[in-house]
Amino acid sequence: MRVPLSWIRDFTPADAPIDALVAALNQLGLEVEGVEDPGREVLGVRVARILEVLPHPDADRLRLADVEFGDGTTRVVCGAPNIEAGQLVPLAPSGATLPGGFVLERRTIRGQVSDGMLCSAKELGLGDDHGGILVLDPGAAPGDDVREVLGLDDVVFDLSITPNRPDAMCVMGVARELAAHLGQPLEIPIPEVPTTDHVVADATVVVEAPDRCPRYLARVARVTMGPSPVWMQQRLIKAGMRPISNVVDVTNYVLLERNQPLHAFDLGRLAGRGIVVRTAEVGERLRTLDDVERTLEPDDLLICDAERAPQAIAGIMGGATSEVGADTTEILLESAYFERMGIARSSKRLKLRSEASARFERGLDPEGVAVHADRALELLVEVAAAEVADGVVDVYDRPAERPTITVRTSKVNAVLGTALDDTRVAEALSPLGIDVSGSGDALQAVPPSFRPDLEREIDLVEEVARRVGFDAIGRTVPKPEHQVGALTTRQRARRTVADALVGAGASEAMTLPLVAPAVLARYGSGDAIELANPLRAEESVLRTALLPGLVAAAGFNTARGQGAVSLFEQGVVFRQPGDAASSDDAPLPDEREHLALVLTGTVDRRPVEDDRSVDGFDAVDLLSTVTVALGLGAVGAGTVALDAGTGSDRPGWHPRRAASVVLVVDGTTSVIGAVGELAPDLVGAAGLSGTVAACELELGAILAIAEARRDSGDDYVAPSPFPPSAIDLAFVLADEVPAGVVVTTIRDAAGSWTESVRAFDEFRSDDLGAGRRSLAFTLRLRAPDRTLTDAEVADVRGRVIAEVERVHDARLRG
Amino acid sequence: MSLERLGESLDAALARARAEIPEAPDLDAINALERALMGKRSPSATAKESIKDLEPGDRPEAGRLLGAYSKAVAALLAGRRAELAAAESLGGPLLDLTLGGHGRRRGHLHLVTQVRRELEDIFVGLGYQVAEGPEVEDDWHNFEALNIPPAHPARSMQDTLYVRLGHEEQVMLRTHTSPVQIRTLEGQEPPIYVVAPGRTYRNETLDARHSPVFHQMEGFAVDRGLTMADLFGTIEAFAQRLFDDDSVRTRFRSDFFPYTEPSAELAVSCVFCHGDGCRVCSHTGWIELGGCGMVDPNVFQAVGVDPEEWQGFAFGFGLERIAMIRHGIDEIRTFFDNDVRFLGQF
Repeated sequence: MRVPLSWIRDFTPADAPIDALVAALNQLGLEVEGVEDPGREVLGVRVARILEVLPHPDADRLRLADVEFGDGTTRVVCGAPNIEAGQLVPLAPSGATLPGGFVLERRTIRGQVSDGMLCSAKELGLGDDHGGILVLDPGAAPGDDVREVLGLDDVVFDLSITPNRPDAMCVMGVARELAAHLGQPLEIPIPEVPTTDHVVADATVVVEAPDRCPRYLARVARVTMGPSPVWMQQRLIKAGMRPISNVVDVTNYVLLERNQPLHAFDLGRLAGRGIVVRTAEVGERLRTLDDVERTLEPDDLLICDAERAPQAIAGIMGGATSEVGADTTEILLESAYFERMGIARSSKRLKLRSEASARFERGLDPEGVAVHADRALELLVEVAAAEVADGVVDVYDRPAERPTITVRTSKVNAVLGTALDDTRVAEALSPLGIDVSGSGDALQAVPPSFRPDLEREIDLVEEVARRVGFDAIGRTVPKPEHQVGALTTRQRARRTVADALVGAGASEAMTLPLVAPAVLARYGSGDAIELANPLRAEESVLRTALLPGLVAAAGFNTARGQGAVSLFEQGVVFRQPGDAASSDDAPLPDEREHLALVLTGTVDRRPVEDDRSVDGFDAVDLLSTVTVALGLGAVGAGTVALDAGTGSDRPGWHPRRAASVVLVVDGTTSVIGAVGELAPDLVGAAGLSGTVAACELELGAILAIAEARRDSGDDYVAPSPFPPSAIDLAFVLADEVPAGVVVTTIRDAAGSWTESVRAFDEFRSDDLGAGRRSLAFTLRLRAPDRTLTDAEVADVRGRVIAEVERVHDARLRG
Repeated sequence: MSLERLGESLDAALARARAEIPEAPDLDAINALERALMGKRSPSATAKESIKDLEPGDRPEAGRLLGAYSKAVAALLAGRRAELAAAESLGGPLLDLTLGGHGRRRGHLHLVTQVRRELEDIFVGLGYQVAEGPEVEDDWHNFEALNIPPAHPARSMQDTLYVRLGHEEQVMLRTHTSPVQIRTLEGQEPPIYVVAPGRTYRNETLDARHSPVFHQMEGFAVDRGLTMADLFGTIEAFAQRLFDDDSVRTRFRSDFFPYTEPSAELAVSCVFCHGDGCRVCSHTGWIELGGCGMVDPNVFQAVGVDPEEWQGFAFGFGLERIAMIRHGIDEIRTFFDNDVRFLGQF
């Protein structure tokens, strides 16, 4: 909201340097977003009287104006059509400066010397009217600085008003706050409206929806339409509004000054010379002033003529039919108080916001309706030669009651941590228009009707805080006595996971959880939760997996010339809600904590070793750094294992180069994700090429196991001081038998002396035959209490061979 | 052979060993010397052979001499062998370490995670615990219990992303981390001191200045007798640790949030220019960091906590904003591009 200081000074001296005013406004919570000095760049522009207008000898569209500017005369070339002898206009002589740093020079235009120029409003930085030279009010004197004449020697505060303070959305409200803060007087003149009895106040008002329209006041006046005076236009422009006509400008002026939205209907166009306030019928239509045909619903409140034809959407926007125009001679001025929530609902549903609706929905002053209308009429008399009928139609059946609020000084101090006394509290509140009575720890405060936000004791505590200033409040640091500050085991484990991955070379990404359904579908991650109001189709559903976003991030990097990318992301994915606990509860998604990894490009190891492409093993290794860091051993060592399964179970993954990640707990296996290489079509779709190794799994499941294991109390194994025994075995196996499964068979068959089992060679040959391969394993045994004998080792070897041959239809290679 | 002869013979052999072994040029020479000094026809072999011919009384002394000889020669041989092995391993090809190595690299935590951890750790130090809540929320937790009833103008302050669950506008991506306040109060009796970092959402398109996703950290304390001075002091203590500078000051200005009253916008004195004016603080000497206030009694009542017995405060920071201030990052979009050249700088 833009507030000119000169306007504030109509009501209070605001006698302080600009910096101090800015600081005061900020402290009061009327945040100053900007301070403008519109005339700062207008230098040396003076008022000039046009003596004579002559045609330009060599140009049809240009004319020559002889002007007098107080202490001299000169001639300028002018292209504007609206100049006439006798007018007072702004003259920017050579040497003057205009907004943009433009300095005028003496120029020759089509052979005629022009000593400067006459200015339009736009050229002076006043709005966008470039239709002609700005004609000044006759009161000015040639030679005067135009800054003073136009009020450009002003300062405009651009304020951000919080939604709880409708009263401060006007010049008077800001003046009231400043007056209280600076301890300076606030004077609100009572409008004087001369009325006449030869204009008949015969208009009728019927309010059919008093809940939605608690007060409706109508005044009737004859007016002479025309432009409003320059002073009014300049104030409107400085406040950010466009001048339209004297009548409309007056309603806007009062809106800005006093926060009362007003509407002037052309009474001649109101059928039946009356108003009916009613709710809309289903599907009823109205063309609003912005020339949009609006379809209404029964929750919308309408201002209609006496024949019930809609003329305006109450409190939001007028209709085109009864709009005042150049031929208007008689107006009905509406000043009303509409129920705020109704306005908010209609405004939101119609996606139609206006200066009026923004104020009504925050709550205005029902008691101000009449006096603010008077102010408008006072101005109409001045600027539109109004003749005001002396009758007032004021439908206000249930006047608003002002609440009485008990304010305990003890509570004020308890909340603020201050030591104010009763007097100080009362002194803080009174200048805001709050009537304070009583004493002791129970002051009785009655807020003014223009402060609908003051309803409770705490609201007044805040007013006291604003008035005494937050700087008056101390600084103490409370110490929680009932708890120790700490992360939970789960929270620390999450950090461990990220740290392990970072240590292993991966960087953490954060991708948008809002994704395109088509992208999710490629990963077979369907049934995503949809956004109801997405801005873009690309961000219209909630992710059910992290990988689509992470792969896209890898593609982004590749497109920017990054060869090898190693990224991970920890975050939630969203599945459709499970069975709702009860129908009363809102169905919330099933949020699962996931981890995803992506590796692309070459493993860059020059110059000591050859570069190579990443492959699925890299993803498994990276996953192992996580499981090891969480104390669960490497992938395949027990708790977290791989299951080749069938490729068709894993959409998005390469059918022959990926595996499911399974969690093995108490002999029960559950699939928690997948690891390996992505399907080539996905790789291409992300703008990547070559092998993309990846992993995605439900991290929450792994963290839960790690957490459960953490305090098991008996998982320590003392290091044996005795030497290990190694057994190397090679088996010929069918390709379908996964090495990891054989490892498990060997480990189980070898029994409790098993220290480790590792596959170390894979070999194929014509001799072995198609579809078969040789896999070699190293089994390390170690007993905790002694060196194993040769016989014991041989015994284990025999058991392992027999078991692998039996279970996997294998043959020991000789 | 007498004991005397035997001794002389070993002494002579040992003298040769001492002279020749340290000079042996290579392993072959050492092996030849070992055969000559310890082998089959060596002086020691001859001496060993002759022990049985000695007087029985002299035999122990002869055995001792033989043992000493063998030990001394073996030590000389081992010493020279080690010297030669060391000399050999010190040769070989030159390893130019400036070529670069195996390319084992460290990754980087996302900058938001780094800021988040830092904030968590500061508040853990102040005795807080870290609370969490879902990213998709219902109207009750995101709005209504926070004193933002339907059609409240504050709702239009936040462009909410709703999801198609429940009835219209019932379920949404949380617009702030404040619903964690409600969930914490619903699940736990006061006193409560928690911070709740997390992801939040707004209906905005990703560009230089806007993002549909960003991160906040909510702080929330409920205890008997907590005051606004406690709030301000906590913020100031936090800011001093965040910038590792005890001279940092905080400034509070009246503001409005539906769930706190009184509410304040919070700013810290600029740690970059110390008030002289710089780009970071827009030449104001102050950096706006977030909002805060005393928990509104309506919030307490919504969750059945007696506002006469308990008072509380709440505050919130934007994690991206803190990172942007600290590193001079000017576009929020960069946080979600995941360009490794961005991630790798922090």
